Amino acid sequence: MTQFMMIFRSTPLANVQLSPEQIQASIQTWTEWIGNLAAQGNFVSTNRIGFEGKTVKPNNIITEGPYAEVKEVVGGYMLVKANSLDEAVELAQGCPILKIGGHVEVRNIMALN
Amino acid sequence: MQLLPNLFRTEFRKIVAVLCKLFGLSNMQVAEDIVSDTFLLAAETWGMKGVPDNPTAWLYTVAKNKTRDYLRRHTLFTNKISGDIKYSSDASEEMQLDLSPENITDSQLQMIFAICHPSIPATAQIGLALRILCGLGIDEIADAFLSNKQTINKRLFRAKEKLREQQIEMVLPAEEELPTRIDNVVTTLYLLFNEGYYSASQNTSLRKDLCLEAMRLTYLLIENPRTNSPALNALLSLFCFHASRFDARQNEAGEIILYEEQDKSKWDDELIFRGEYFLNKAATGNTISKYHLEAAIAYWHTLKQPNPEKWENILQLYNQLLQIEYSPIIALNRTYALAKANGFKAAIKEAEKLDLKESHLYHTLLGELYKDIDHNKSLNHLQLALKKAKTDTDKSLIQKKISQL
Repeated sequence: MTQFMMIFRSTPLANVQLSPEQIQASIQTWTEWIGNLAAQGNFVSTNRIGFEGKTVKPNNIITEGPYAEVKEVVGGYMLVKANSLDEAVELAQGCPILKIGGHVEVRNIMALN
Repeated sequence: MQLLPNLFRTEFRKIVAVLCKLFGLSNMQVAEDIVSDTFLLAAETWGMKGVPDNPTAWLYTVAKNKTRDYLRRHTLFTNKISGDIKYSSDASEEMQLDLSPENITDSQLQMIFAICHPSIPATAQIGLALRILCGLGIDEIADAFLSNKQTINKRLFRAKEKLREQQIEMVLPAEEELPTRIDNVVTTLYLLFNEGYYSASQNTSLRKDLCLEAMRLTYLLIENPRTNSPALNALLSLFCFHASRFDARQNEAGEIILYEEQDKSKWDDELIFRGEYFLNKAATGNTISKYHLEAAIAYWHTLKQPNPEKWENILQLYNQLLQIEYSPIIALNRTYALAKANGFKAAIKEAEKLDLKESHLYHTLLGELYKDIDHNKSLNHLQLALKKAKTDTDKSLIQKKISQL
């Protein structure tokens, strides 16, 4: 099996405040989906990415926020093990981000040497 | 006479640890021989003259004398190690084996780290731990491993060779090394407990002893402020929760009683209470170890009354646990929790994606999940499980499920 990276992207909804119950429910669907993949032995690692950030450009230009020019932001990523890109794509089908209008980009990982 | 075997179990390991501290680990066999001789003499003398007023003190005095005699007789040996122990061969006449409670505890702690050294293979660590840290006899160790004395002796011999080759010393690891070395110790203690809890050995009291020994050693490390750690507390909490079901998980014939069918009044409340205590103690620092998660899962299993949040919580904990460590057993247990939390149909869908078709546990689980949904499929899976099962205990459990279908 080789490693693939799933990159989760979505468009942040302006002025939407989730209730604690909604946040809890959201976390639950994510951990359950990740648990499904981990139970099959496909999970490697994952991280959520927060909304705080700056973008560094040449000539010492630093802009506020990770999403100054793009509408979509990367909300997190996950490394998985799979036999092929198609299999990794199949694993991405259940991702909760698909239900809230986001999408998953699946990419192969290349060894550095 | 039960006194001598009991004393052997508590005192052998103490004197051996102190002697190894004095002689160096490469002379572990000498230490074992001196203590074995001491007990032999006790058996002979006490049998004839009766048990002394203070049997432990008697043993310590004899062990001290035998050590002094040994050093006197082996001048070569004494010269060789005199640098280490800072006694000249003349001074060894006055040499005192320090069997104070402090030195015993220190030596045992150091022995734990020596035996759980990462360069010693895991099975050798367990064998050595049972012999040197727990004072088990070779036949008892053979029984626990479902092996014979010869094999165990060979295994222990190789493990001692390894200690010598690696020149492992009896010292507490340095401050910067300590966290990773404690991780190694935690892994060995976990295996030691599981050896007792899940062993196929029919000797129930021996299996219980193994678990209690793992708990005792864990507590020894917790008691020392230098070695105490959140993971150790989580580990002891897990042990307490598991051990609380000792008397409920087996019937008189030694057959396993499944969790769901256990008589809850036989669960040990005292141990459950202690498990909660150590779980609270474990809730410091900023790392969640797999032992924290396993202890938390075990905690939910100690609740006697139905609780609507139980299985959802267990499922979430398994989801986290799988992210730290994958194992087929965890994957299957997680699927069972999924069935309890989200319904059997949802769990079947996930279970069928698991690549564990060769495991009898996988088919037992699917047999269980299909029980009220599809009678034929349930039966098929249980029959497959029966075919794949290896031990008699497993086979009879599956057979029982088939007849109940």
